[in-house]
Amino acid sequence: MIEVHNLRKNYFSPSTEKFAGIGSKSDKESGISFSVPKGEIFGVIGPDGAGKSTLFRILATLLLPDFGSATMNGLDIVKDYQKIRQNIGYMPGRFSLYEDLSVEENLAFFATVFNTTIEENYELIKDIYQQIEPFKKRRAGALSGGMKQKLALSCALIHKPEVLILDEPTTGVDPVSRKELWDMLKKLKKDGITILVSTAYMDEAKLCDRIALMRNSEFIAIDTPAKIIDNYEQILWSVKGDNLPAMLRDIRLFPQVRTSFAFGDEHHITVDPHLKEEELNSYLTQKGYANLSINKITPTVEDCFLALTNTEQQK
Amino acid sequence: MKNENIIEVSNLTKKFGTFTAVDNISFEVKEGEIFGFLGANGAGKTTAMQMLTGLSKPTSGTGIVAGYDIRHESEKIKRNIGYMSQKFSLYEDLKVWENIRLFAGIYGMRDKEIAEKTDQLLNKLDFESERNTLVKSLPLGWKQKLAFSVAIFHNPKIVFLDEPTGGVDPATRRQFWEMIYQAAEANITVFATTHYMDEAEYCDRVSIMVDGRIDALDTPANLKANFEAADMDEVFRKLARKAQRD
Repeated sequence: MIEVHNLRKNYFSPSTEKFAGIGSKSDKESGISFSVPKGEIFGVIGPDGAGKSTLFRILATLLLPDFGSATMNGLDIVKDYQKIRQNIGYMPGRFSLYEDLSVEENLAFFATVFNTTIEENYELIKDIYQQIEPFKKRRAGALSGGMKQKLALSCALIHKPEVLILDEPTTGVDPVSRKELWDMLKKLKKDGITILVSTAYMDEAKLCDRIALMRNSEFIAIDTPAKIIDNYEQILWSVKGDNLPAMLRDIRLFPQVRTSFAFGDEHHITVDPHLKEEELNSYLTQKGYANLSINKITPTVEDCFLALTNTEQQK
Repeated sequence: MKNENIIEVSNLTKKFGTFTAVDNISFEVKEGEIFGFLGANGAGKTTAMQMLTGLSKPTSGTGIVAGYDIRHESEKIKRNIGYMSQKFSLYEDLKVWENIRLFAGIYGMRDKEIAEKTDQLLNKLDFESERNTLVKSLPLGWKQKLAFSVAIFHNPKIVFLDEPTGGVDPATRRQFWEMIYQAAEANITVFATTHYMDEAEYCDRVSIMVDGRIDALDTPANLKANFEAADMDEVFRKLARKAQRD
């Protein structure tokens, strides 16, 4: 459905006074390539400034690439931009509906722009729109964050697009509304809609069929979440116990520990292959830490991201 | 963590017309504690924080923050707290050192002390080379670290953090929490909101607001046990599902 080949865009950002965009920083000939089959949820995961929005804007035909090409359902993003716009729904990162129009007026407006009516495609948006329909006379600007999102998604879907491009739909959204949004995406996937979604929340990776981890304008990994986890090469332990903040400093003094990060109520550390759990346990016991529990664990996507960016920094 | 309360709030309520944004909340925060203040969008967190930081007067109820009354001594409260949010914290068009001087000056620190502490801070953060850099050209993660350092530069009794880590890369997010740990070890109380439920696990205690009320307040371990939940995400979802407000 989506084919992207060597896509590159470099621009000088006046707000940060730096070059930003997508494509390798070192190799000026190199861009981003990937493909997304029909009906897949493809997640682009990375921190702010990684290049996620630039990529999505190019694919939504709002920005021209420096070079490289991309097609959606065979249509070229540069030549056939008008046709593509009929076939995609794009939800930008910032709320971009008309705040002074009511919920219903916003939806009717987007339907009209795409030569359709709310009634014609009501089935597709029903599940989402019904949740905000009781407030259809309310101004969009007066909606809560979660409801704004539902309205924006309804507006992006009202012309029955084949591809949905969602730029950070869950940023700043509470965990409950985030889960609701992902449930909606799963339903849309069942309707055969291809979904391209970006997020800075690593824990949302597991909700995608395939993901690209993005950092510094480049993809550093692209695969299913399970395979990305399978490809993790380090030995990862979880360390729990009393006085975690001080413990982290002592863990870092232990020679066979390679990396160490605080992970909420535990620390995740990578270690030399020969290190035994008892060795670290006795070291920390000696240092006075109680209630220790040290276990080998399966990495999360976040551990993988940390490991990948760590090797990248060493290079 | 000491055993003295640095925040004491009882029956705090804020109404806007007929809408009750904060509905009769009572709680204490101990000195040096890392306190997580969670809730869904629209649950009343921001309004509650505005009252605690002296920016908004309660409709009813009382509160003591850093030893001062939130109704009558809001100016004194402002002098004794630090504040940082994801949206605004530093002036983008000022250099790193200018931001530090500006905020420290506002809090009434003397020039000599500012100069000395600036050197120490830049040294500690490994930031000396960025002293003359405009804040807008720093990477986001650095900005957040600097913003936090500036928020506690005047050695406040409490620092309020409003979603400090949104959009930051995982490594920086973790370094940020290590800075929070260090602040707490230096006896600065940390009062933080976040939408990352794994970050709730860093907190000594966590409160969860639903529809203007505090529906749960305990250590993360106790909350997980009481709600029979595997993680804080599940605790949050079980609680927030009861919300009636839109």
